[in-house]
Amino acid sequence: MIKAENLYFRYTEGEAETPFALNGVNLEIKEGEFVVIIGHNGSGKSTLSKLMNGIHTPTEGRIVIDGIDTSNEDQIWEIRKRAGMVFQNPDNQLVATIVEEDVAFGPENLGLPSEEIRHRVDEALDTVHMSAYKRKAPHHLSGGQKQRVAIAGILAMKPKCIIFDEPTAMLDPSGRKEVVQTIEHLNKNEKITVIHITHYMDEAIHADRVLVMDRGKIVMEGTPKQVFSKVDELRALGLDVPQVTLVSHKLKTMGYAVSDENLTVDELVAELCRLS
Amino acid sequence: MLRDITIGQYYSVDSPVHRMDPRFKIIASMLFLVSLFLIEDMLAYLLVIAFIGAVIYKSKIPVKYVIRGLKPVFMLIIFAFLINIFLTPGEEKVSFWIFTVSIEGITRAFFMAFRLILLIVGTSLLTLCTSPIELTDGIEYLLNPMKRIGLPAHELAMMMTIALRFIPTLLEETDKIMKAQMARGADFESGNIMKRAKALIPLLVPLFISAFRRADELAMAMEARCYRGGEGRTRLKVLKYTSLDAIGAGIVAVYFVACIIV
Amino acid sequence: MSIIIKALTHIYDKGTPNETVALDHIDLEIASGEFVGLIGHTGSGKSTLIQQMNGLLKPTAGDIIVNNLEITKGLELPKKQRKKYAAERKKQLIEVRKKVGLVFQYPEYQLFEETVEKDIAFGPQNLGLVESHVKQRVMDAMALVGMDYETYKDKSPFELSGGQKRRVAIAGVLAMKPDVLILDEPTAGLDPQGRDEILGQLKTLHDQEQLTVIIVSHSMEDMAKIANRLIVMNQGKVVLDGTPKDVFKEIETLEAIGLAVPQISYLIRALNEKGFALPDDIITVQGAIDAIQNVLEKRAK
Repeated sequence: MIKAENLYFRYTEGEAETPFALNGVNLEIKEGEFVVIIGHNGSGKSTLSKLMNGIHTPTEGRIVIDGIDTSNEDQIWEIRKRAGMVFQNPDNQLVATIVEEDVAFGPENLGLPSEEIRHRVDEALDTVHMSAYKRKAPHHLSGGQKQRVAIAGILAMKPKCIIFDEPTAMLDPSGRKEVVQTIEHLNKNEKITVIHITHYMDEAIHADRVLVMDRGKIVMEGTPKQVFSKVDELRALGLDVPQVTLVSHKLKTMGYAVSDENLTVDELVAELCRLS
Repeated sequence: MLRDITIGQYYSVDSPVHRMDPRFKIIASMLFLVSLFLIEDMLAYLLVIAFIGAVIYKSKIPVKYVIRGLKPVFMLIIFAFLINIFLTPGEEKVSFWIFTVSIEGITRAFFMAFRLILLIVGTSLLTLCTSPIELTDGIEYLLNPMKRIGLPAHELAMMMTIALRFIPTLLEETDKIMKAQMARGADFESGNIMKRAKALIPLLVPLFISAFRRADELAMAMEARCYRGGEGRTRLKVLKYTSLDAIGAGIVAVYFVACIIV
Repeated sequence: MSIIIKALTHIYDKGTPNETVALDHIDLEIASGEFVGLIGHTGSGKSTLIQQMNGLLKPTAGDIIVNNLEITKGLELPKKQRKKYAAERKKQLIEVRKKVGLVFQYPEYQLFEETVEKDIAFGPQNLGLVESHVKQRVMDAMALVGMDYETYKDKSPFELSGGQKRRVAIAGVLAMKPDVLILDEPTAGLDPQGRDEILGQLKTLHDQEQLTVIIVSHSMEDMAKIANRLIVMNQGKVVLDGTPKDVFKEIETLEAIGLAVPQISYLIRALNEKGFALPDDIITVQGAIDAIQNVLEKRAK
């Protein structure tokens, strides 16, 4: 679905040259996968997401989305149709004054007939459970609801893949939960390839694969269990680990026969019960 | 709260007037404005008042609500009234100092004041019965033929939509920044004009920066959703004239002709 | 320096269809030197409450007494009689805003000056201090948030990173030399490292400068680490008030109002259901490890 080869990117070239924001990224994301990218601010994770949608084009190397190279300018709209993107600030990505009009914005840009737009808007709002709000004004919604409307706006374009660029960073815990559940639903039930960028580790627990970025490079990769068990490396990168993983890790270093791959309370409790 | 201020004060009820096509309502309002400048005598004024009264009745908007819209321009009406009363030449009735009042002056002043009132009532009825988004759509459709002479109809409408979308957000933000600076001891309320204007800098600078940041992010989000201008764009809601508009058109036509004859 | 709140009620848009009760008869007393975590989901009234403590909002009813200054005096009177107190209230508010520093959410969005120094100086200048005192305060405030004065004073605040901008904004409030520092979600949008830095500095401010600190937060984990008192709000009321250990025991109450409890609390509860008999007031990772080790060793014997 997405393939990046030897990807380099910097924001400005020439005299006021900035350092590389991406420093040789290689990656392949398969269709239907749920990939979480974590890293601290400035690690290059957001930059990477913007290359996946053709907002930026690589300085060196190439990135191919569903068979189309993003440096191919004629195909840019096709890429954006296939790989949708949800941004961090829910306020700054809603265009219209009424929810359903906003969801219609994408399909309208694709030039679809109005019956088809109507159908897609209703379907998309239904998927994110926001149908009851379709005639409401966005500024009367909560952060989590706005973000779900933004997701519906992308869904209505029927993309194969959605890139989420820190969609939960500005939300409160209940808003985060709504959005994370929606994302997981899209991957599981709607078979959409998901790339979810975040610095909340607990959002990575259900991913197929976790990529950790630092200084424009992918420095760790694996299943959530594999990645989270490397507690010390993660901490050195300025990242958090779920508390349960932390407890497991410490108990293991103290010599107890506990796996350091525990991510949930139940897993650790089961092991401790076996121990005693 | 600040965020509940809406532009154009749409009054949300279901009425035949509300249901009419925005394009028709815009054209009808324009014809109404023109008619106001055609009429001269008492009979014609009665006709106009009867017409606007009927529209208000059919729109189900309380008369009180319509009248309230006149408040902000009340001073202007009084001013126009006085200017006309004192400065219209004619047969002198009363005079003092440099002012003279004539019969012509009085009649003209009354007509002028009424014309202004009707003008404002007429235009505010349009915004009261048409939601901002319908209004934008209507304007875009009506301006479409002007594209040939280079008028960016779609862009204008898109700008209006975005402005409407962000006004509540920016008002909320203004409120927040103002409070934050007040917490740092800023005083927006006292002092002379110069001092007050200067006090606005800590409010306006962050507000502009934030507006630019929002514009930047919004542009990116719009492009990510395949926005590339009005070319090849379709609409969720296609405006359609209905029998209601036909009836409306008939009534307006009769009214307009009547205005010309009288 | 104490804040006393009596039967405080705040209603937005009173008498309109949008009427919302944000605060409903709140009684609270915050003593000097406390480190308070104010927790509740969006719309629970916590933002309204902190704005009241700074006199930015006029309450619908009730009293607020900050450091013996009754800033709500006379507000309950009819409009005409209120005038008598207006001048006094204005003076008191200036005094209160000096003593109670309020840092809003995403405070970096209020920065407006050309240089870091000028921006931080805005508050002290509003207090009418002489130039040399203002400069001293800027230097002190920057030291408190861990920013080197010489390195950063002439930089434009807009060139800095997100975390640095936020520290400049906090320094802007600290330069007012408040006795009480209130922060609305000071770590929102920061990554774990930035969050730990800010929280660490707030802890230092509390411990070394004897500041009373009130933090509005969504993060139970963070509050478990640093606060010594937690106030949980829901629908304009205080539902729980006590030490973190006591508050986190109330898993059911917290969940019922839509708040998450630190994972550690769930772990302890689950283990106790399996007969581990751990103390139920453990709220930190280290506490949990020690207690589990304790039990495992006993059982091994």
